[in-house]
Amino acid sequence: MKICLGIESTAHTLGIGVINSEGKILKQVQKTFIPEIGGGIHPRKAAEHHFKYARELIKEVKNSNNFNLKDINYVAFSQGPGLGVCLRVGAVIARTLHQTLNIPLIGVNHCLAHLEIGKLFCDAKDPICVYTSGGNTQIIGFDGGRYRVFGETLDIPIGNMLDVFSREAHLQHPGGPKVEKLAKLSNKFVELPYTVKGMDFSFSGLLTAAINKLEAGEKLEDMCFSIQEVSFGMLVEVTERALAHTEKNEVLLTGGVAANLRLQEMLKIMAEEHGATFYVVPKQVAGDNGAMIAWTGLLQANYRQFLKIDESNVLPKWRIDEIEIPWIN
Amino acid sequence: MLFKKGAEANLYLETWYGKKIIRKYRYKKAYRIEELDFQLRRSRTFHEAKLLLEARKIGVPTPFIYMIDVKNTSIYMDYIEGNQLKKDMNHLINKNLICEKVGEKIGLLHSNDIIHGDLTTSNIIIAKNGIIYFIDFGLGGFSSSLEDKGVDLHLIKKALESTHYKFADECFDAILTGYKRIVGAEFLQNIKVKITEIESRGRYFQR
Ligand SMILES: Nc1ncnc2c1ncn2[C@@H]1O[C@H](COP(=O)(O)OP(=O)(O)O)[C@@H](O)[C@H]1O
Ligand SMILES: [Mg+2]
Repeated sequence: MKICLGIESTAHTLGIGVINSEGKILKQVQKTFIPEIGGGIHPRKAAEHHFKYARELIKEVKNSNNFNLKDINYVAFSQGPGLGVCLRVGAVIARTLHQTLNIPLIGVNHCLAHLEIGKLFCDAKDPICVYTSGGNTQIIGFDGGRYRVFGETLDIPIGNMLDVFSREAHLQHPGGPKVEKLAKLSNKFVELPYTVKGMDFSFSGLLTAAINKLEAGEKLEDMCFSIQEVSFGMLVEVTERALAHTEKNEVLLTGGVAANLRLQEMLKIMAEEHGATFYVVPKQVAGDNGAMIAWTGLLQANYRQFLKIDESNVLPKWRIDEIEIPWIN
Repeated sequence: MLFKKGAEANLYLETWYGKKIIRKYRYKKAYRIEELDFQLRRSRTFHEAKLLLEARKIGVPTPFIYMIDVKNTSIYMDYIEGNQLKKDMNHLINKNLICEKVGEKIGLLHSNDIIHGDLTTSNIIIAKNGIIYFIDFGLGGFSSSLEDKGVDLHLIKKALESTHYKFADECFDAILTGYKRIVGAEFLQNIKVKITEIESRGRYFQR
């Protein structure tokens, strides 16, 4: 039995998780930077936040009675993609543990980690993955040794679109849950740009139009309802095409926006029409977290994908489709 | 007779005054609210028919249209006997030549400000007589912007990378070779820069 400690710090969350090779989470702690109302995520401020809480989180992990720090076999960190200054905080913590505990260091791709933890917890084998968060929106499936990105946003991620809209509407950050709540109060559809180009989609035109219509006097709940219907409609449509194209029979929803019940419902209807099983990642590991980094670290450790310190630079633009995946055949 | 079940439409093989034709019917999606669903199906049916006609006028082979029924979201068009490029790709001996020809046709579309909107190897049919047909324009439109044309090429590049990854680079280069013949070296250079920009954008978003 091996144990891995994983550190996540790509954006607003600093998370540390410890997991064993049976997939049991032994410890999971995190702190999330919350900007003031009306403000967005400021990379430097988020990084300062992470530095501030790093010691505290490590201490919490140390004091866990599920395991001893010396039982840990590997340390993994989120090497990218993400905000450079935030990623660096995680990298520094990881390198320190690597040296003080004298255990191998593993660099994990953040998107890959979202998919692998989702597969683990849902027991999915070969799904089309809908990965939606504040920093990414991609439709991904495994083929020929790698995860392939079938569709993705041409501009902003869906979570970011929801956050910016909420900010304009003076709702509290993060915006997704607020928009979902308000959307439930309406069933009046206000027309908004629906932009699917091939397998890709775009949310910036939708965002601008929604803000304009709100300012022009449309009701907030009607706008929330319509934004969800249009943006999720785009996501589900592309997912459906990826599913039909690859003839896979599972759909896995993961990432922060996975918590949205309307998105879950739409994907479920679509998946069932194709005779596919729909899975959604459990809440506990849906958002950014350290456990997913730790779990992916364990998968990589089986193939001895260890980093030397001078290879452990952060990779803010690292794409999932650049990575060879030896553990799936 | 149901001929093919697509991701957004059913294709029926029927006869029209003794001729074999295809009826493309965009069906209802239960996951979308009715209002949005019908609006999308209607506008795509309309746009597809319009673009199929326009493309044909400028010399890009597309199936001949017999009738459009916007209310029933259906297009009646010629049945093209042949194979999807996707099916043929792996065993084509003259891959590069075909890809160059595909590139020329895309060049023709773009120099006439027609955007296909869903360029994949499933939406290109190589007919028995060797003619290369373009279909499935439902996501297309008219635009003169470099961005829209860049996205179109980015789409075919991605389609190649995700389904024909063994020779994606080679094929995309051949497509650009053909494309250049129509649009010229200067425009090709501009669009290449645009494609690189589009690709770097999707990567990670700085909030
Ligand atoms: N006119 C046609 N003649 C022959 N085959 C066709 C024709 N139209 C479509 N097809 C076949 O049906 C498939 C799906 O049609 P398409 O118009 O691309 O719909 P979808 O939007 O569902 O992809 C095509 O990939 C092609 O193989
Ligand atoms: Mg098609």
